[in-house]
Amino acid sequence: MFRNVAELLELANSQNKKISEIMIEQEVTVTGRKREEVLSFMDRNLTVMEQAVERGLKGVTSHSGLTGGDAVLLQKYIEKGNFLSGETILDAVSKAVATNEVNAAMGTICATPTAGSAGVVPGTLFAVKNKLNPTREQMISFLFTSGAFGFVVANNASISGAAGGCQAEVGSAAGMAAAAIVEMAGGTPAQCAEAMAITLKNMLGLVCDPVAGLVEVPCVKRNAMGAANAMVAADMALAGITSRIPCDEVIDAMYRIGQSMPTALKETAQGGLAATPTGRALESKIFGIPLKEK
Amino acid sequence: MKYRSVFDIIGPVMIGPSSSHTAGAARIGRVARSLFGREPKWANISLYGSFAKTYKGHGTDVAIVGGLLDFDTDDTRIIHAIDIAKQKGMKLRFIEEDAVTDHPNTARVIMGDHNGELELVGISIGGGKIEIIELNGFELKLSGNHPAILVVHNDRFGAIASVANILAKYELNIGHMEVARKDIGKMALMTIEVDQNIDDKILIELEQLPNILKVTKIVD
Repeated sequence: MFRNVAELLELANSQNKKISEIMIEQEVTVTGRKREEVLSFMDRNLTVMEQAVERGLKGVTSHSGLTGGDAVLLQKYIEKGNFLSGETILDAVSKAVATNEVNAAMGTICATPTAGSAGVVPGTLFAVKNKLNPTREQMISFLFTSGAFGFVVANNASISGAAGGCQAEVGSAAGMAAAAIVEMAGGTPAQCAEAMAITLKNMLGLVCDPVAGLVEVPCVKRNAMGAANAMVAADMALAGITSRIPCDEVIDAMYRIGQSMPTALKETAQGGLAATPTGRALESKIFGIPLKEK
Repeated sequence: MKYRSVFDIIGPVMIGPSSSHTAGAARIGRVARSLFGREPKWANISLYGSFAKTYKGHGTDVAIVGGLLDFDTDDTRIIHAIDIAKQKGMKLRFIEEDAVTDHPNTARVIMGDHNGELELVGISIGGGKIEIIELNGFELKLSGNHPAILVVHNDRFGAIASVANILAKYELNIGHMEVARKDIGKMALMTIEVDQNIDDKILIELEQLPNILKVTKIVD
C-alpha cells in the first residue's frame, strides 16, 4: 500500500502506469475483489454523481430554504455568453453547486471524500468531460485518481471538518479533483501531484463554520470555489508550474493547521460565519428558537 | 492506516447532508442494531462534541435512528426515520452531552427491549467511516486496519477454541485478538481482527456454536 504521495508517484513511475491504475490495483489487492467488481462499483458511484448533477441543474431547494437554485442561475448566465472567467470553469462551478444543493436537500449523493465536499470532484469531472470528451472508462479513472490522493490525505491528515476544518473537506476535494483533471488531460503523475499541492496550499486554514450547523452556508459556495481552484491549479500544473513545497509536506501542514484550529471553527457552528449576527438570526429562525447569548 | 479502500474516499452513496454526521451516524446506529440482533424497543442516544452542537442541522439524530431501523446510508427512508420509529412504538431520547471526548464526533447508544440491553460508543472519523470504541462497557481496541469480527459470548471454557476452529476451517488468518469480560462466568467479548474479508456464512456458523450469543463484523 502506498502511504504517501511520494510512494504513489514512485509506483506509477517505476511501472509506467497512471495513478488511477495504481489505485485500481491496490484496491484489488487490499479487498480481494475482482478488478471488474471494483470498476463496476465505481461506475455505480459515477452514475449517482451524474444523477445528482442533473437533479441540481433542474433546481432544488433545501428544507431550510437557505440554499438552492444557484446552479440554475449560473447555467442561464453561461448560456448568455457574456461571462468573464471561462466556460469550463463556470460549468464546473455550476455543477459543483448543483451537487451540493442536492446534498443540502437531503438528496442522494456520493461522498467525495465527504458529503459536505461532494460537489467539487463531480463538478469538475462533468465540466471537463465537455471539453475532453472522455470515454466512460476514463471518467471512472478520474474517480480512482481522485481517490488515490484522497486516500493519502485521509490517512496522513484528515477529511473531516470536525477534525480538521473545511480545508480537510473542500480543500482535500479540490486537490483530489485537480490531480484527476491533470491525468485526464494527459499530464504526468508528477504533474497530478503538483496540481494537488498547488490547490491544497490555497485552501490551507479554511475553517468549518456552517450556519445553524447545516451543510449549506457557506458549504455550497465553498464547493463552487473549490472547483474553480482545482481547474486553475490543474492548468498551472499542465503549464509546467511546480509547487516549491512538496505535496506530502503540504498535506502534513494541512494536518497540523487542523490540529491547532480552535474547536469553534471545526464544525460546531460556534464561530466564524455561524456566529455572525445574520448567521445567528438564520439559526434561530430555522429552528424556531429565540436568539441566545453565546 | 485508518482508510484502506478507495471507496472510503469515493463513497459512500448516501442521503445528504453530511458524511460524518449523517452517513457515519447511520452506520453507528446500524452496527448497534446488528450487534443487538433485533429492533430495539427504546434507545437513549447521547451526542458529544460536534455531534451535540450540530445534530439538528445534519440530521444526526434521524440518521442514528435510521441505522437502528437497519437502513443503509443510501436508504431514502432515513429522512423519516424518527417518524417511522415512533410509528413502530420505539421510545427515543436524545441527550446533548457537554463532556469533552477524544473525538469530536462521538455518540453513545444505549438501547434495549424486554429481553436485554446493549450499550455502544461509536465515533465518526470522516467521509462516512466509523469506529466502535466501546461495547457494553468493554473498551474496543480495533486498529481499523483490518476487517474485524465481534463475538459476544458466555465466559465458558471452549468458547474461544470453537470460534478459532471455524476461522481456521475457512482459512481466515487472525492478526489480532482480544478477549474481555467483566466477571467470571458472565458475558464476555471476543474481538478478532482478520486479514481476509469475512463471508456472512462464517458469521452464521459462528453464531450456531454453543455459548455464542451474537456475532457481527465491523469492516467489510
